[in-house]
Amino acid sequence: MTTATTEAAGHAAESAAGMPQLDISTFPNQIFWLAVTLVLIHLILSRIALPRIEAVLAERQGTITGDLAAAEELKQKAVEAEEAYNKALADARAEANRIVAETRADIQAELDEAIARADAEIAARSAESERAIAEIRASAQEAVKEVAVDTAKEIVAAFGVKADARAIAAAVTQRMKG
Amino acid sequence: MAAEADMMEASGPAIDPMHQFTLKPLFGEGPIHWYTPTNATLWMGITVLAIIALLVFGTRRRAIVPSHTQSVAELAYGFVYQMVRDVAGKEGVKYFPYIMTLFIFIIFTNFLGLIPMSFSVTSQIAVTAVLAVLVFVSVTLLGFYLHGVKFLGLFWVSQAPLALRPVLAIIEIISYFVRPVSHSIRLAGNVMAGHAVIEVFASFAASALIAPIAMVGIVAMFGMDVLVAFIQAYVFTILTCVYLKDALHPSH
Repeated sequence: MTTATTEAAGHAAESAAGMPQLDISTFPNQIFWLAVTLVLIHLILSRIALPRIEAVLAERQGTITGDLAAAEELKQKAVEAEEAYNKALADARAEANRIVAETRADIQAELDEAIARADAEIAARSAESERAIAEIRASAQEAVKEVAVDTAKEIVAAFGVKADARAIAAAVTQRMKG
Repeated sequence: MAAEADMMEASGPAIDPMHQFTLKPLFGEGPIHWYTPTNATLWMGITVLAIIALLVFGTRRRAIVPSHTQSVAELAYGFVYQMVRDVAGKEGVKYFPYIMTLFIFIIFTNFLGLIPMSFSVTSQIAVTAVLAVLVFVSVTLLGFYLHGVKFLGLFWVSQAPLALRPVLAIIEIISYFVRPVSHSIRLAGNVMAGHAVIEVFASFAASALIAPIAMVGIVAMFGMDVLVAFIQAYVFTILTCVYLKDALHPSH
């Protein structure tokens, strides 16, 4: 590279014919206009173009991030809604179970009470019946005794013996006991 | 170079591939003073207008969903921004507008120079030398401004064995000062060579016999020049970033 430049410098005198780039008389002109151009480009870039593009890129990034965040939020909301739905469902199911249990307990209590009442009534009626039976039995015994006394009196009379009513009744009573 | 020049002269003025690089005053004849508007001035002006068209008018709607022009502007922005951040680091981002200026100027002049009959500003060694020296001087000053004398540590390879360090320091210093030379000649040389070869092919096309080959050659060279126009702008910019990184972090 260095040899090329020295060689080129050697040819600088005849450069107009060979390489126009090495014509030193045009250098100030090129350098001046290059400086003007570079300053212009730098001003355009740093004042207008680059901040604008940077802002656009940042805004786009912001929009994308915002949209992603919104999507995440909506997703979260959907999950929450599903959870709430599930919770409501579970609550309703528990409530239903509770109502069922309660109702069952109520019915059981009513049933128990009714059974108890029925039992009591049955007991009362059977006691009454027993008493009635006992009465009937007592009256029957009385009747049997009377009949037996009468019968015995008649039998004794038939044998021609004048029987003492009292003795006969005592004998019958004695006999029935035995 | 001399032999080549002789050959050109021998074949007469009809084949003069270097003629396209001559500066001419825009208005009338006469000497070129420092202020004279020339064809170089014209194409620098067109460069500025093209840059305004892309980066200012292209982005004027500031659309969230960009138009085609705006995407290209954003692409250029992102490309250079990424490059500066990756190569020069986070501290280098502060100098992004300057590097963007360089990149945009070089790539626009490179591509505008590909228009037939246009004037290629970056083929001028004066232009690329100014750019390279600008980079060299500002990076060196920045290095001394940020790190003071410690910036010289760039030349002192502390990992090397002590005996080798002075030798390495000399090599480092030489390579440091060669930077602007290679930096500028790489760009101007590539652009100039591509344009000159196209013109050589074009002058061959005058002969009916080899015209088809010449046409194919022109198309192929033009395709390569399109690549070169981008690659050289990229190389110039990334080297600037590398030099900037050296100034920001001089320790080896």
